[in-house]
Amino acid sequence: MPAEASTLQTLEDLGDTYRYGFVTDIESDTIPAGLTEDTVRFISAKKNEPVWLLDWRLKALKRWQNMTEPTWQKPDITPIDYQSISYYSAPKSMSDKPKSIDDIDPELRRTYEKLGIPLAEQEILAGVERPAGSKPMAVDAVFDSVSVATTFREELKKAGVIFCPISEAVREYPELVQKYLGSVVPQGDNFYAALNSAVFTDGSFVYIPEGVNCPMELSTYFRINERNTGQFERTLIIAEKGSYVSYLEGCTAPQRDENQLHAAVVELVAMEGAEIKYSTVQNWYPGDAEGKGGIYNFVTKRGACRGAHSKISWTQVETGSSITWKYPSCILEGDNSVGEFYSVALTRRKQQADTGTKMFHIGKNTRSVIISKGISADQGDNMYRGLVTIGPKAHGSRNFTQCDSLLIGDQCGAHTVPYIEVKNSTSTVEHEATTSKISDDQLFYCAQRGLSEQDAVSMIVNGFAKEVLQHLPMEFAVEAQKLLGISLEGSVG
Amino acid sequence: MSLLTIQNLHATVEDAGKAILHGLNLEVPAGQVHAIMGPNGAGKSTLGYTLAGREGYTVTGGDILLDGESILEAEADERARKGLFLAFQYPVELPGVNTAAFLRTAVNAHRAERGESELSALEFLKLARTEMKNLSMSEDFLTRSVNTGFSGGEKKRFEILQMALLQPKVAVLDETDSGLDIDALKIVAEGVNRLRAQNRAFLVITHYQRLLEYIKPDVVHILSAGKIVKSGGPELALQLEAEGYENLLNGAAA
Repeated sequence: MPAEASTLQTLEDLGDTYRYGFVTDIESDTIPAGLTEDTVRFISAKKNEPVWLLDWRLKALKRWQNMTEPTWQKPDITPIDYQSISYYSAPKSMSDKPKSIDDIDPELRRTYEKLGIPLAEQEILAGVERPAGSKPMAVDAVFDSVSVATTFREELKKAGVIFCPISEAVREYPELVQKYLGSVVPQGDNFYAALNSAVFTDGSFVYIPEGVNCPMELSTYFRINERNTGQFERTLIIAEKGSYVSYLEGCTAPQRDENQLHAAVVELVAMEGAEIKYSTVQNWYPGDAEGKGGIYNFVTKRGACRGAHSKISWTQVETGSSITWKYPSCILEGDNSVGEFYSVALTRRKQQADTGTKMFHIGKNTRSVIISKGISADQGDNMYRGLVTIGPKAHGSRNFTQCDSLLIGDQCGAHTVPYIEVKNSTSTVEHEATTSKISDDQLFYCAQRGLSEQDAVSMIVNGFAKEVLQHLPMEFAVEAQKLLGISLEGSVG
Repeated sequence: MSLLTIQNLHATVEDAGKAILHGLNLEVPAGQVHAIMGPNGAGKSTLGYTLAGREGYTVTGGDILLDGESILEAEADERARKGLFLAFQYPVELPGVNTAAFLRTAVNAHRAERGESELSALEFLKLARTEMKNLSMSEDFLTRSVNTGFSGGEKKRFEILQMALLQPKVAVLDETDSGLDIDALKIVAEGVNRLRAQNRAFLVITHYQRLLEYIKPDVVHILSAGKIVKSGGPELALQLEAEGYENLLNGAAA
């Protein structure tokens, strides 16, 4: 196809379109590479952790040391030398924790300004107009291994909501953390979860008390900055009976020639009638045209719908990382609980994504919806892998799965691997899948209306992803639309 | 002054692997409507696509002038923004692409080309509502996906709506009558007639005389084997309807 050849050429000519690849020039405390018991003790000491947590970490390290990397995945992974990674890095200015946002190193503040993440509460409150019906946003900003700022904590506290770095929650709310940490993703769940349990550094902790509708959108912004480090954050969100929270995470990293590992664990717990909406806009550095560099995004995310009528909804827009390997999942224990997974994964150049979800139906009348949209361009490779399992007691349960793939060019790939297990006779499972291409007809039609190729592709791709994007909080839906457009700049087929 | 001038146009179609247009000459002055009629395979759709600059339709000789300026070097989207509009015989579906957003992007791309400011969502909505009313289109059109699930009549009306919003200098209608019942045909024809203007030219490509009862052409051309073989007034269309292409063309050759 002529349009395809010419537009793939335009894509090459455009070069890099990653806009967050800068490095913050800042002095950091970075420990030497390597992972031993001493490393774990160092991290734990750095964070003034209680003994129980150190013991918990050491137990995880032992498990990890006896595990081997999984090999069943589709992506082709350059072997990782875990002894060449530094497991702790923090800006020097953070060693005396700044008292307020104004005390934060200006260089760090500038970094967040550049990333478009406001840290100053006054500006957020006074500033930009929000779409009607949307809530203001509180941010936890994690830079390498530490949280540098968390906004609106006082404001949230008035509503009884706890939103703070997990390292702080360990000290301030030990009983909550001890009760739930590892309760959804056990230490030995998988190789990377075990690694994370041993060396996790920071991340967010959220607690929504009974009956509270969290008055703000909560978000965490993850930034990797230092070379040769990994980021191992840990997020724990607990929504008590009848509460509601919407949480969003964003991620970026500098442009580097070597791969960097990001192995996070996210645990969500929803009690009776509670709802957690968890959204991700993942834009880690994807590597260059030859596939050099980029983040390995190996993440374990899981939510437990513990109470009846509870609901967990995952929405993800994955445009970055050289390899994305994750399955945000729901354990539907409570009767009538609901799990949702909405995903857009875009791979171009040599990016690889192996992503999907697992829905475990345990309670009666549990429902799950999976909408997965994969977009592959250049030599990008996209795999939807999903498991729907309906247990013997999950009578009257339902799942609906839809997997759509959009191919751009003739060297990319799309794969769909659904696993379905149904162990009772009163449940229903539906699976639909489609694969399509952006057609020459569509591009010509748009061009004839005066749209540039750029606008046309962005529009068609966003149309394809619409069912997922509409589940993002409003402001982020707009951001995500732009991101999809930018990420595909010049790439048409 | 001719808004559209086609000089000795030769063009090949990549998919067909051969030349389809063989020295086509045509002039459409401002304010006029010209009809192009011709049998299957004469090159009618090829003419539309070649004018609009579709990939795979290569001009191998001659020239196309839009308002006196050659557009051969311009890409399809540039030609559109310069004021060339093609109403499609088979409008293309864009699943998930919101019709209002699509139209507004198109309108603003044209405005930017003319150095005008962008229309805000509200300004655009006002404009779109007025034009839609003229075409008896319900407002929920704007919330649907472009051409997706539209009936044949809705698709054609949507083409005319776009033409009305984009205000082209030259509008080429490629078999706009195909697949329309008589009511839809009337609405579409009225839409076209409303847009007839002193600073605009129309080229109406059609198989049948029927459409020309509602859109009165100034000149009728007969296209056969890639060139214009006969031109005349509206009566030529009637003659064609009565005698058929073969008789008329044989007569022309004789």
